[in-house]
Amino acid sequence: MEPFVFHRGLAAPIDAINLDTDQILPARFLRKRRSDPEYKTFLFHDLRFDPVGNENQNFTLNQEAFRGATIIVGNSNFGGGSSREAAVFALEAFGIRSVIAPNFGDIFYNNCLKNGLLPIVLTKPETDQLRKTLHQNPGSRIDVDLNEQRVSTDNGITYAFEINDTAKSNLMLGLGQIGLTMMHAQRISEFEARYNAQLYS
Amino acid sequence: MAGQTIVDKIWQSHEILLDPGSGESLLYIDNLFLTDSSSFHAFDLIEKEKLPVRNPKQIFGVPDHFASSKSKKLLDIADPDRIARINDLESNCKKWEIHHFGLDDPRMGITHVVGPEQGITQPGKIVLCGDSHTSTHGGLGALAFGIGGQSGHVLATQCLWQKKLKQIRVTVSGSRQNMVTAKDLALKIVSTLGAGGAFGHIVEYAGEAITALSIEERLTVCNMTIESGGRAGIIAPDQITFDYLLGKDFAPNGRDWENAVKFWKTLQSDPEAEFDREVFIDAGSIEPMVSWGNTAEETLPITAYIPDPFSIEDRDRRESLSNALEYMGLTPGTKMTDIKIDQVFIGSCTNGRIEDLRAAANVLKNHTIKVPALITPGSNLVRKAAEAEGLDRIFIKAGCTWGEAGCSMCVGMNGDIVAPQKRCASTSNRNFVGRQGSGSRTHLMSPAMAAAAAINGRLTDVREL
Repeated sequence: MEPFVFHRGLAAPIDAINLDTDQILPARFLRKRRSDPEYKTFLFHDLRFDPVGNENQNFTLNQEAFRGATIIVGNSNFGGGSSREAAVFALEAFGIRSVIAPNFGDIFYNNCLKNGLLPIVLTKPETDQLRKTLHQNPGSRIDVDLNEQRVSTDNGITYAFEINDTAKSNLMLGLGQIGLTMMHAQRISEFEARYNAQLYS
Repeated sequence: MAGQTIVDKIWQSHEILLDPGSGESLLYIDNLFLTDSSSFHAFDLIEKEKLPVRNPKQIFGVPDHFASSKSKKLLDIADPDRIARINDLESNCKKWEIHHFGLDDPRMGITHVVGPEQGITQPGKIVLCGDSHTSTHGGLGALAFGIGGQSGHVLATQCLWQKKLKQIRVTVSGSRQNMVTAKDLALKIVSTLGAGGAFGHIVEYAGEAITALSIEERLTVCNMTIESGGRAGIIAPDQITFDYLLGKDFAPNGRDWENAVKFWKTLQSDPEAEFDREVFIDAGSIEPMVSWGNTAEETLPITAYIPDPFSIEDRDRRESLSNALEYMGLTPGTKMTDIKIDQVFIGSCTNGRIEDLRAAANVLKNHTIKVPALITPGSNLVRKAAEAEGLDRIFIKAGCTWGEAGCSMCVGMNGDIVAPQKRCASTSNRNFVGRQGSGSRTHLMSPAMAAAAAINGRLTDVREL
């Protein structure tokens, strides 16, 4: 997992609310393995492309100024719906390192953390302001500082965000989750023995 | 000491430790279900980390998302990727000695139908699957929720990191009107809570309208919990639960059964237990419900009219509603029962059990359908039971297609899709943009209502048929 400490990147606004995981990665692509070279084209596929495969120019990620974006600033209820982890794989394959929104689907939020992608919750007015700034200054960069828990734009906007300490340190170390759990192997085994002994007794 | 909720009790009995940094508990997991659509990522992960499956006997693999509704033959599956994923699940299960109910196994079906049906899902257990509708299993008093990427972690450790969730209790009092089903109840609950209304919560369903439900109906209600954003839904186990589980293959038996029931009886929320939120619904006020938009919140009684977005003050909400109307091809003010449909789907983990098929057959009997209808049972056992009762003959005589068990058109991953701009009356759980296929227009409803819609070729109030 690639560690996440500080990231400066091109940010694209996506205004739609309720952008669920079916839209982030349509179900028909779920059968693909991550090693598929086309994986990045699956991201937002039905929003980015029309039925014959032409790019939809109204979708910000297709617009010249936002091409190569590594940060998405979204709107309410980003990543709700289906639990598909592959929605995060698609974002990652596309090169997205961080998604900023007023709130996220629970499972999606956790999937981001577990895959080295930083989900940032800001308030609704803050995200509205960020998207507005990005629309007005297409192609501008955002600094995401995980250590300082701060998001800032070049024109002076700075917002603080919260993240739990464990998720933060795992992201900063690029530590996979299994390794972390294995540090508690002894306690797991003891618990399991006790649990099995009292089951149906 | 304040009382405990059912969830508090289950949580406490599974908590190995609490990490103060994240506020997450390391929970011991009783069972993990693996499906064809997501489990390959989990196996890829443990292979990469060179770790074994810790407790294969607690894991169950069932191919459901890609399974063809046409036949049990692999060759009838739409493309090589899907065949490969079904084969991956089988070979991974074989390799690690994990239970596997393959396509032709009599126990195969939709994971969330199979778990309860086999008695794998039991009160007080923690049950997981890499699929959001895992909330279904809560109908038996288990704490069950969908996990995204953590299936690999569970395979390797039999544990999950999870922050204790807040809890909502939805109390449904009174009794249902005639022809109002558990699906209508579920749609009413979601539209009351809102599509994001239960975010970060577990929902306990209580009240006499809930305890009056059969297990199959309880599974339907818990299934839809995720549509209000809730991770899990749960209903306290009672005699109906015990009767349902008795004699099932994976349920305890003999002395174990008696001990289990004694324990299960303790799984009630204490009278003084406190919830983060309480919601009350009167079952008597609920009519047959139909969704019109792109979240299950956007649901109305069949007697209603399509809403007008211009009456809504909140700008985002108004925009989202306009978009939904445009996507759905609907005009404000249209009477719901005037909406013509192109096809019908009856099945899924929401409504693919035997009682659902009976309800549909009851409506379809002695009728001929006007639009194509696909009916797929939730499992091979449901299919067998339906055929033993002659339901398949009623369906076929009415003009419906009687398919094989699987997720089928609910999620459109096995090739059964709704074409762009086509309108489907569906007993599934999601009416999202593109859910049943690119550009598909889904109206969610109960099996009886879907059957009525098939007969008339338009949304129909089953009570008037």
